[in-house]
Amino acid sequence: MTDAAPPQAFRIETAGRASRIAAVCACVILLVLVALPAVAGRNLIQDLIFLFYMLALAQCWNLLAGHAGLISVGQQAFVGFGGYLLFALTLRAGIDPLLAIPIAGLASAIVAVPTALIVFRLRGAYFAIGTWVVAEVFRLSFAQVKGLGGGTGTSLPPQATSGVFGIEGVKTLFEVRTPAARDIITYWAALVLLAATLAVIYALLRSRRGLALGAIRDHEAAAAGLGVDIYRVKLAVYVASAAMTGMIGALIYLQKARISPDAAFSVLDWTAYVIFIVVIGGIGTMEGPVVGVLVFHLLQRYLADFGAWYLILLGTLGIVVMLFAPRGIWGLIAERYDVTLFPIRRRLVIEGGGDEASRTKAVRD
Amino acid sequence: MTGLLDALIQGVLLGGLYALFAAGLSLIFGVMRLVNLAHGDLIVLAAFVILVVAEKLGLDPFAAALVALPVLFAAGFALQYVLLNRTLGRDLLPPLLVTFGLSIIIQNGLLQLFSADSQRLRSGAIETASIALGGGIAIGVVPLLTLLGAVLVIVILNLIFYRTPLGRAFRATSDDLDVAQLMGIDIRRVFATAMGVAFTVIAIAALYLGLRANFDPTSGPARLLYAFEAVIIGGLGSFWGTLAGGIVLGLAQTIGARIDPEWQILSGHLAFLAVLVLRPRGLFPRAQD
Amino acid sequence: MALLETRNLQAFYGDFQALYGIDSHVDTGETIAIIGANGAGKSTYLKAIAGLMPGSAGSVVFDGQPIGSHPAAAVMKLGIALVPEGRRLFPSLTIEENLLIGGDRRKLPGPWSLQRVYALFPILKERRSAATPTLSGGQQQMAAIGRALMSNPRLLLCDEISLGLAPIIIADIYAALPRIKAEGTSVVLVEQDIAQAMKVADRVYCFQEGRLSLAGRPRELTRDQIHRAYFGA
Repeated sequence: MTDAAPPQAFRIETAGRASRIAAVCACVILLVLVALPAVAGRNLIQDLIFLFYMLALAQCWNLLAGHAGLISVGQQAFVGFGGYLLFALTLRAGIDPLLAIPIAGLASAIVAVPTALIVFRLRGAYFAIGTWVVAEVFRLSFAQVKGLGGGTGTSLPPQATSGVFGIEGVKTLFEVRTPAARDIITYWAALVLLAATLAVIYALLRSRRGLALGAIRDHEAAAAGLGVDIYRVKLAVYVASAAMTGMIGALIYLQKARISPDAAFSVLDWTAYVIFIVVIGGIGTMEGPVVGVLVFHLLQRYLADFGAWYLILLGTLGIVVMLFAPRGIWGLIAERYDVTLFPIRRRLVIEGGGDEASRTKAVRD
Repeated sequence: MTGLLDALIQGVLLGGLYALFAAGLSLIFGVMRLVNLAHGDLIVLAAFVILVVAEKLGLDPFAAALVALPVLFAAGFALQYVLLNRTLGRDLLPPLLVTFGLSIIIQNGLLQLFSADSQRLRSGAIETASIALGGGIAIGVVPLLTLLGAVLVIVILNLIFYRTPLGRAFRATSDDLDVAQLMGIDIRRVFATAMGVAFTVIAIAALYLGLRANFDPTSGPARLLYAFEAVIIGGLGSFWGTLAGGIVLGLAQTIGARIDPEWQILSGHLAFLAVLVLRPRGLFPRAQD
Repeated sequence: MALLETRNLQAFYGDFQALYGIDSHVDTGETIAIIGANGAGKSTYLKAIAGLMPGSAGSVVFDGQPIGSHPAAAVMKLGIALVPEGRRLFPSLTIEENLLIGGDRRKLPGPWSLQRVYALFPILKERRSAATPTLSGGQQQMAAIGRALMSNPRLLLCDEISLGLAPIIIADIYAALPRIKAEGTSVVLVEQDIAQAMKVADRVYCFQEGRLSLAGRPRELTRDQIHRAYFGA
């Protein structure tokens, strides 16, 4: 028998130095963003709204695909569902749009349950196409609803949103007229929604469920053997993601003020672009989509005029990244500099003897 | 009564087209567990290829398709060998996302080359020809040829799979990748050959698609969904099952259309979901997946 | 010159090292037995030779040709056939198709054909059209060996062919070995059943935790030596 090494103390920590700095920066950025309407023009506000909701959608898709292994090509189902619900509640029931958003989220969660029960019968790539079929069913069904414009869609008249909660206060505070005030309210709503989405996803991944997700992603059979109830974890994640996506969809169509089945359930806008953002940025990390949405915004701004060529470029870029840098841009950065901003991994830190930094090993990768 | 009988017949004939769409998808999944999200777009691409060949060489669509077959086989072989083989492995994400990207590229490439106009493969007299069955019911010649084409394709695929060394290699590779290599099988070439065969099936599907209906660069995704639904309804692992699945889908759509023309596609989707709920393994599953 | 020679052969499963520098050789016509406890690296050794372990290091020379970095399909065509652990017949193929596919891509001339394999294992001819799961373990093992023979191998690698089989069946299978040997095929047997292995082997290697712990002729090795080499100090 060889002698046992002297017992080493170790602890598990999640936050590294970079993430602590990032947390402080995030608070600062958040404050700046909240105060921004005081100085920003309408164009910037609208650009930011777009960035906020695309980032939020990307985080939702990433949660499903990158963490729970549920690759969906049908996220547009809940974007459109949320959008149509907002229109229905606001137009037909006279409910304040800001209140309609969380209601849309709840409704999406409820609808997501039977949807999941059906779609979970498929696995892998077939699951993906199954979600697409579901989205198509939603699209074709809503196209039948004459009360909401049928196949051609309908608009949200200014009166419906001019009474939104807080608009008078904004008008006086920033000395703007109703349309601009509406944008500012939508902007804050988008910011709140994004922050909430990030918070929920972060909390989920740090929780015990999050550990379970990691185990499932790494090796499903082994995870099942350890007693992880895979079905329920995946169901919970699917429903949560649907709820958030529904709310984001409601917000999107509040801002656009015009909805039609083809637009609301568009694969390109709500899935293809989102997937591109996550893939370019980095799947399976929370930082990735942030990078991705910035890259996407730049490409969109400067190249979208090229129409079909632009989309060919996006498709090619996506393929190239998937083949040669599958962890995305953030993946490359994180590998090179071993940095994490959203601390969701648990690191094993072995203390006593030697340089602590060199003894630190990430437990899960 | 004749209305219902007519709907049934049209549904079965439509099913032939969907079976053709599905056969290629089924083949690829069977051999290499790859679901090609660009499948529908490849059918549309093939239709455009046949269109161009027909125009440039002054041929009718059937002859043009014959000319296009070896070209498309080679294209499929190359696509798999050079690109898609790189995506295969344990992870699900790369093949899905790469083929999704391919789908976007193909759609927009076609848009760029051909504009968004609707196209059709012109076949002259047989386009409108039909065979009268009496009692006011007639079968279109083109739909009938489509169904016969589907049956022929499936017979040939079964022959390949169950009566040739290539088919043995396909099945062995699908069963056990490592041991297949122990038999001297070059996996990359087998996969590429399978994709080449799938592309010829896609070409035939494209021929009948173009003869029966209009197509344009954005027609792809809908065809993917029909193909996929036919495969799932029929059950994995059997080409005849895929034919049955296509026919069930065709029937569902046709009957739905009789109730309300706007409900055609939705009826198909609902039938698919119903099968998924009631018989998740499909109606005629064979694979022990 | 030896038919097969390995020098400093190392193999890895990801980060885990399974073989630590194995030096071994097989002469033409020999039957070698590989024994050792579970997880000692015996199967890994066969897989590394057969080309199923990418990333393995060290040299493997077969008939004067280095094959260390060759993929499995290439190794098979040079004349090495592996009967994998657990038989691993193809469930989508009938028994006859399993045999046929063993020979579909063979490059070497040789005595083995469908008829010859049926002569060696008559039960396979009876069950030629059956689906593989309907055969007993012993019959499946015969089919797996037959499938490997169909490629006319000069070196046959057998991984645990007695696993899970009743002694009388094991005896039946081992009865075929002399006839395989008579056709000029060299054989490497990985075996749990030490007694059986020692009976047929010209030489024995013992593996322990990825290393060679013993090598020699069965008759020259004592029980004590074997015990120690098998289980470690």
